[in-house]
Amino acid sequence: MRTGKTLEGQDTITGHAGFAHERRTGEDIVVLTGYWTLRGLGDRIPALARALKPYAARSEVHWDLTRLAAVDSVGALVLRRIHHEQRPAHWAIRPEHAALFRRWYGVEIPAQPPRRLPPLPLQVATRYARGALDQSRAVITLIGQFVLDTGAILRDPIHAPWADISATIYESGARALGITALVGSLVGIVMSYLSALELRAFGAPSYIVNILGISILRELGPLLAAILVAGRSGSAMTAELGVMSVTEELDALAAMGVSRSMRLVLPKIVALAIVVPLLVAWTDIIGLTAGMITAHLILGVGIKDFLLSIPGSVPVINPVLGLIKGVVFGVVIAVVASHFGLRVKPNTQSLAEETTNSVVTSITMMIFVDAMFAIAFRSVGLP
Amino acid sequence: MSGAVVALEHVSTAFHGHVIHEDISLTVNRKDILGLVGGSGSGKTTLMREMVGLMQPTSGRVRLFGAPLDALPDARLAALRNRCGVLFQAGALFSALTVFENIAFPLREVRTIDQSFIRDLVYMKLALVGLDSRVAVRLPAELSGGMIKRVALARALALEPELLFLDEPTSGLDAVTAETFVDSIASLQSELGFTVVVVTHDLDLVHDLCSQLAILADRRLVAHGPPQEVMRSAHPFVQSLRTSIRGQRVFGAMSYP
Ligand SMILES: Nc1ncnc2c1ncn2[C@@H]1O[C@H](COP(=O)(O)OP(=O)(O)O)[C@@H](O)[C@H]1O
Ligand SMILES: [Mg+2]
Repeated sequence: MRTGKTLEGQDTITGHAGFAHERRTGEDIVVLTGYWTLRGLGDRIPALARALKPYAARSEVHWDLTRLAAVDSVGALVLRRIHHEQRPAHWAIRPEHAALFRRWYGVEIPAQPPRRLPPLPLQVATRYARGALDQSRAVITLIGQFVLDTGAILRDPIHAPWADISATIYESGARALGITALVGSLVGIVMSYLSALELRAFGAPSYIVNILGISILRELGPLLAAILVAGRSGSAMTAELGVMSVTEELDALAAMGVSRSMRLVLPKIVALAIVVPLLVAWTDIIGLTAGMITAHLILGVGIKDFLLSIPGSVPVINPVLGLIKGVVFGVVIAVVASHFGLRVKPNTQSLAEETTNSVVTSITMMIFVDAMFAIAFRSVGLP
Repeated sequence: MSGAVVALEHVSTAFHGHVIHEDISLTVNRKDILGLVGGSGSGKTTLMREMVGLMQPTSGRVRLFGAPLDALPDARLAALRNRCGVLFQAGALFSALTVFENIAFPLREVRTIDQSFIRDLVYMKLALVGLDSRVAVRLPAELSGGMIKRVALARALALEPELLFLDEPTSGLDAVTAETFVDSIASLQSELGFTVVVVTHDLDLVHDLCSQLAILADRRLVAHGPPQEVMRSAHPFVQSLRTSIRGQRVFGAMSYP
């Protein structure tokens, strides 16, 4: 018995497609030979089509397909093309190919649809406006449902999704401690180092406490913590909801009578509203500590002096404002992540798009909210 | 032409120490339609994945078109897979692509076929599996279960495979759809002459389609041969198949000793 080796070789599978022109008893005969298959034709389709066109144009030519080694739909399509979708007037085929050709000549190939005109500017504008309206409505619905769910929980706290809330707190909070500490300390070191160079020139090293205290507690701590949470947890939340929609898990939940806003959205909002301010406090402490140590090494500011002068130089409203911002940022991240997660259509591309949208939107929104805070509290807590 | 298209040689598989297959040897010859039957979780899909080289058995060897899959450079493996078509259990259509793009995808990878040709071929394949050309613009999420299987079959047939793997092609289809699906595979196979390995527990399908039958039970291949012979086996699993109501209906006309 011949082994499968021969099957794999070039000889049988890619035996080339070809043809021969014969004259027999005054008739022109085109004999197709070899493998008229996807692999047998390979890149010879244009050349063969060009060579056979003149014969196809003459209806008296006989086509002999009985000597084909094999033919498949690609081969049949080439034949069909050169004969302008018609059968040759005279042809001979093998009986076992009859069904194939009947099938292939029977297929209706729809005409190419006309190319769509590019949309007018007004149409584009209306489409964007409608999209924006649509999204705002969805966000407002999401928040409204959250308020209703919160009311339901206050009335019946036993049935709140505590397990989901605590799992999210662990996932987004406890597991983010390392990265926020790293980023916080690096930023504290950089801030302290750059300010120290300037302050030494002015001969006012003790102002390092004011600079670090206000910038880290009021601005950098909250923003850094929130941006890291948006990147870590916001994207994960969107992807989680998105995959659930792709795999019909959302429908399964709904069919069990479980509210998706109660089980999936509310835990995220509640958990992030708790976790982000805690992470802000953590980042603040680490950032300040790193800044303090740097100041000690560069400016020679004593650790004890530094700590004792914090209450005097940094009004207490600054860390409080930072924590409040943390709560708002947490809610923003969770709402944005849930909103985009629930918009994912059941396909992979939409999943990728909405996850990107989620992270970009929540970071943009947070910087926007931060600016609003800066304006609203411009006369509070600053020297 | 002789020669085994797929050959399993003493294949054993274990997941995390949990043994699924033990010493399975099986050959599939050219133009065979092999039915691979076994209970749920008996490792049929796993065996199929090993035949395509998507997974390596724990021990033993798989040959595809004569080439041992465990000692093959990636390029050669890709070339071999190119000659196979696989219909996955859940369709595995690309969810972000339309039906048209799903079927066109493998054709575009060939690079020797021009765009207008691809278009015609896609519509040919759609007609081949009995789908209307208007389905072409839809996304997989907008199809019914039966349509997904059809599109997946059209995609599996796109590169004119010599070897077609079907994983439970009729599961989840209604009786009529399943029957037409099986009929179209049977007529395509007789016209194009490819080899088929079909994983199933649909006895009607086995009866209507398969020229060979292999039964997986108790981690082993307990019977292999023409369906009529295999159904005569004394193994308890085959007996239970035979005496099940569907077994009676499908194979009842045959007489057993
Ligand atoms: N990736 C995997 N990891 C661990 N176990 C698996 C994996 N894939 C399959 N199994 C196990 O192997 C067995 C056979 O699975 P499968 O081949 O899918 O069965 P079938 O297709 O016959 O229903 C099952 O018990 C399943 O739990
Ligand atoms: Mg399976």
